Amino acid sequence: MSEAVRAPRRWRIRRPWRLAAESAAVLIAVVVAFPLYWMVLSAFKPAGEVQSDEPRPWTLEPSLDSFRRVFEQQDFGRYFLNSLLVASAVVVASALIAFLAATAVTRFRFKFRTTLLIMFLAAQMVPIEALTIPMFFLMRDFNALNTLYSLILPHIAFSLPFAIWMLRGFVKAVPEALEEQAFIDGASRTRFLWQILFPLVFPGLVATSVFSFISTWNDFLFAKSFIISATENSTLPMALLVFFDTETPDWGGVMAASTVMTIPVLIFFVAVQRHLVSGIGGAMKD
Amino acid sequence: MSTTAGVRDGVRVRKSRGAAARPPRRGARAPRRGGGWTPWLYLAPALVVLAALLAYPIYQLGLISVLEYTQAQVSGGEAATFQGLANYTELFGDRKFWDVLLATVVFAAACVAGTMAVGCSLAVLLTRIRLVPRLTLMLAALGAWATPAITGSTVWVFLFDPDFGPVNKLLGLGDFSWTYGRYSAFALVFFEVVWCSFPFVMVTMYAGIRAIPGEVLEAAALDGASALRIWRSVMAPMLRPILVVVTIQSIIWDFKVFTQIYVMTDGGGIAGQNLVLNVYAYQEAFASSQYSLGSAIGVVMLLILLGVTLVYLRLLRRRGEEL
Repeated sequence: MSEAVRAPRRWRIRRPWRLAAESAAVLIAVVVAFPLYWMVLSAFKPAGEVQSDEPRPWTLEPSLDSFRRVFEQQDFGRYFLNSLLVASAVVVASALIAFLAATAVTRFRFKFRTTLLIMFLAAQMVPIEALTIPMFFLMRDFNALNTLYSLILPHIAFSLPFAIWMLRGFVKAVPEALEEQAFIDGASRTRFLWQILFPLVFPGLVATSVFSFISTWNDFLFAKSFIISATENSTLPMALLVFFDTETPDWGGVMAASTVMTIPVLIFFVAVQRHLVSGIGGAMKD
Repeated sequence: MSTTAGVRDGVRVRKSRGAAARPPRRGARAPRRGGGWTPWLYLAPALVVLAALLAYPIYQLGLISVLEYTQAQVSGGEAATFQGLANYTELFGDRKFWDVLLATVVFAAACVAGTMAVGCSLAVLLTRIRLVPRLTLMLAALGAWATPAITGSTVWVFLFDPDFGPVNKLLGLGDFSWTYGRYSAFALVFFEVVWCSFPFVMVTMYAGIRAIPGEVLEAAALDGASALRIWRSVMAPMLRPILVVVTIQSIIWDFKVFTQIYVMTDGGGIAGQNLVLNVYAYQEAFASSQYSLGSAIGVVMLLILLGVTLVYLRLLRRRGEEL
């Protein structure tokens, strides 16, 4: 906006500066993107080139060997599905629960409402890593250790406070008058909730889901701590560490597994980017 | 994770302040219906989950930290005995704990400073350039943002690998091992952390700068204010709420870094030289079966972050934020 106003007047003076700034920006973009480029490149390099003393930023003989090693590793596909399953379960459950809770704290006024909101805010700051120890015993007592529940349940809990806090803005943005209108037209509260409010808040749910999906997909600590013996219930990070956790890492394998693990998140990010931006934007206009 | 919510609040505070002339929001926007039990019905699932899987574990964390709880108690061989504050006395009497605490604070502070500096300067840069370079930088940042902590960690270790990494070749460092020395290992983790957390700061600050009305800047320029003056007297005060929120989120986030340290320094570095509180607690509990000591460290972390949260709440409250 400000540029639109000022640009014409200062155009000539600022031009060399702007060119310098633009070159700097592109250069920085290259540096920032380089680790990802190197990851994908190394995943496609033949073994001899990955572990070479003369690393080159290109390859003339792309090969799928590293990917083959990763996928031939026992149960890798299963780990992938487990990761997907855990993340999807968390996304759906926390979105629904958070939607209800956000509706409660924005569209009703009741005792302890502010207290609850402050508690939701404070709950976001709880370091989940510090809770690994009690969570471990809790899961043991539930007989949930070594099952996917031990990953799903804690992540629902940890995604909720933020999801509620974020959805609050979206629910608030739906005009009060709409609700009155719905009641006048004879819609019940439940009907309003699911047939009017839910679709309107849906973009917000998507934006919120991105964050729950990513935090769950990326989880490494719980996967490491709670899935001890039942390796068939492991998730992707564990599969990756198989290649990494040795004296002499198989770098090609590590990079291929990293690529496989990063790509769904990248796709998710790009696919919902519009929602993400409008989501954050929408929340900001609140 | 809690980042965006905070941003929204920051921005909203600024907006509502600017609209002071309008009638108070409470009357205009606040929900009117009491609704009887309905809100509690809606809240029930969330409260059940949070009570069982957040509040109860926190209580348990505190409980374990005052018990004698080692392998014998875990397997049920011995009953857990009440120790009072003995675990804390042991912890606070240990030099290593203070070392780790200091390392955690210094490391987190460095990460926050680095992230904020890079994020803010790039946000300003973004406002000065045209669409194509802007999108290029945004896209690259989006990629870094989306990268999972664990894959980011493995990739950065590989980049700085003494034998096969391109960085040492580029800098002519030979076979210098970054993970061997304490400070170079911390530096390596620092680079990764800044890399994956600056995009959030950049995008948020950029949105914040763009939200400043052009007329305000134009008016200031017409009044003869210099660029520096415009920044100091117009933009900085308007951006301060976002800045505060982003900083606090970064503090909270960087204080509890776990995956990067654990993966990049192989569980806390040689002889634990790269431990931070989180990893230390984990190692005490799951590697040494000292669950009580691990829990006590967890409680210390919880209290520190609670302190940061209280500061945050006070800042929100002082601005007259309506929850």
